[in-house]
Amino acid sequence: MTEPLLDVQGLTMRFGGLLAVDGVDLTAERNRITALIGPNGAGKTTIFNCLTGFYKPTAGRLLLRHPTRGPIELQTLKGYGVARTGVVRTFQNIRLFPSMTVLENLLVAQHQALMPRSVFSLAGLLNLKGWRAAEEAAVDTARDWLRRLDLLAVADEEAGNLSYGMQRRVEIARAMSTNPLLLCLDEPAAGLNPRETRALAELLAGIRAEHGIGILLIEHDMGLVMDISDHIFVVDHGARIAAGTPAEIRNDERVIKAYLGEPDADDAAHAGGDAH
Amino acid sequence: MAAPIPSPTGPAMPFVHRLREAVIAGLVAMALAVPFLGLRTVNLDQGLVVQANLAYVPLAGAVVFLGRLILGLLAAPLAKAAAPLATWRPPAGAQRLRPWGGPLLVLAAAALPFLPFANRYVIDLGTTALIYILLATGLNITVGLAGLLDLGFAAFYAIGAYTCALTTTQLHWGFWPALAAGGLASSLFAVLLSLPILRLRGDYLAIVTLGFGEITRIVILNWQGLTGGPNGVSGIARPTLFSLTFDRRAPAGGHTFSEVTGIAYAPEHRLIFLYLIILALTALAAYTVARLRRLPIGRAWEALREDEIACRSLGINPTMVKVSAYATGALMGGLAGCFFAARQGFVSPESFGFMESATILAIVVLGGMGSQAGVIIAALFIVVLPELARGFADYRMLAFGLAMILIMIWKPGGLLSGRLPTIRLSNAKPKPVAEAA
Repeated sequence: MTEPLLDVQGLTMRFGGLLAVDGVDLTAERNRITALIGPNGAGKTTIFNCLTGFYKPTAGRLLLRHPTRGPIELQTLKGYGVARTGVVRTFQNIRLFPSMTVLENLLVAQHQALMPRSVFSLAGLLNLKGWRAAEEAAVDTARDWLRRLDLLAVADEEAGNLSYGMQRRVEIARAMSTNPLLLCLDEPAAGLNPRETRALAELLAGIRAEHGIGILLIEHDMGLVMDISDHIFVVDHGARIAAGTPAEIRNDERVIKAYLGEPDADDAAHAGGDAH
Repeated sequence: MAAPIPSPTGPAMPFVHRLREAVIAGLVAMALAVPFLGLRTVNLDQGLVVQANLAYVPLAGAVVFLGRLILGLLAAPLAKAAAPLATWRPPAGAQRLRPWGGPLLVLAAAALPFLPFANRYVIDLGTTALIYILLATGLNITVGLAGLLDLGFAAFYAIGAYTCALTTTQLHWGFWPALAAGGLASSLFAVLLSLPILRLRGDYLAIVTLGFGEITRIVILNWQGLTGGPNGVSGIARPTLFSLTFDRRAPAGGHTFSEVTGIAYAPEHRLIFLYLIILALTALAAYTVARLRRLPIGRAWEALREDEIACRSLGINPTMVKVSAYATGALMGGLAGCFFAARQGFVSPESFGFMESATILAIVVLGGMGSQAGVIIAALFIVVLPELARGFADYRMLAFGLAMILIMIWKPGGLLSGRLPTIRLSNAKPKPVAEAA
């Protein structure tokens, strides 16, 4: 058993008098899909915001075992610094660059890799060979992800003009273009129709199999979560109430209680997402 | 329910409605005309006396009534006529010509001073227009690309101009090193200014940049020892061509352009030379911006305008992106300022007031945010049209306002509002396909 990619210990986030996250422990491993579930307002997105550097946690330790840079304490980094370690997220309410094309969105994502190759824009301004090669490689990376997510046909469209389901895919493609270590998806299936959700499940399973990265997932679609997750953490009122495999979680009494009944009730509520 | 104001594209309104609307407008105008036109204060021997002249009141009412009626009747046909304008796209073949557009435009502009109708006035006007194009190109980086509103851009213009003025008069530098110094000083100043305002957005950013613009001008105005205060700085070095001057007589130890080339001295030569310098600077700036847009830094500027949080989630440092946008924009403002100083031979704080910032911003907004071609068209519009209409000097601002309103109706996003993608997958060289299937 190798050590997990991400090790979160005692994560606590306090907003004034409100204790949003209370000493949560969780781990995420490479080649595994880890799901974070819980009722609305349980603190899932707050945990995500702490993990990805958008909030500074009140307490706790977020340890990322980086294959080349060694162990990194994420809570000490600035917001954009976390993304540079390879922990890249998507957003619950999609955040694309709407008036830029899909391809441009994916190229912006490769900013960190491209910036030194443009030698702070000097090589780029002179259009030197090294820069052109770097840009072609970036376009190739983008093209691969567009093909993968069936977005080639809309590569030159403005991202903001696409349908909701497509925008979700563009956001995942954009995150994957950064060549991440840990992909954090905040409700990737929200608003997708059942067919799109199935495609998403296949995609995530494919990424897990091929890219050797970890996936951390917040999701309300219990069908999807139970289907593809390797490990599930359940939070309620900011605290972790259960952890285990899908089968264990399914039968966990506290989880069932937290959701006030069958977890599948949530499934039905989300199944009728907007049509394509 | 019918909306009180008919949309220009909506169904035609019955004539009775138009008439009623016009009557209401006329009545409102008459009510307003009573204090504005009907009463006036006259300075007589016994002091200030209010005189009533109510004859103007019905006149104002009639003018507004007729104007509103005609405007209402014309709205639908006008909107119909303008509809193709709003959706007009260049034909597909024009796409291939696009790369040639810039160089051709520069060549045409370079030929201007040598055309038969070109006189001092035309060349001078062209030079002024080019200064504004250069300024707006710089501001377009901050406002159009990075989405950071800047109401104090004239500050960078002023710093460039004063750097040039002071280095040439106090340190006796030539024009060219002073030009570089002006650009760099302005850029450096922009870095310092941008640091405290990085957290601000939208309205707050606008207010603070407005303040910085005024502070810069007021500091220049009051720092008598360095800048000469309201008296300005005179005797700024003129640009030289490989150390050849464009004077009638050569300075001690120097040569003039006419001596060396054997072309008879003409005072126009200096004007043409100035025009060509600013043309070269502007073309270089426009080319640089076009290249930068296609580089990671340029894409990051645009991404920042679109969504700062998404930028951070991708590991882009918003601070660096903002600072670089301010610095690059200010560099161009500084170059324009330095050229301005050398062209006039004199600078004073009056040239860098808020109106200057507003004019440059108007060019950017009018042209369409982020569009270089838009900047050129709008700069010509704002600089050249008022000059052409000099004969109607009293009505210039009226015509200007009318033009602005028409643009707001037809082209709310600016003259050229469409954003050109910086790269197209269909144009990119496809990777050799490795997979067999």
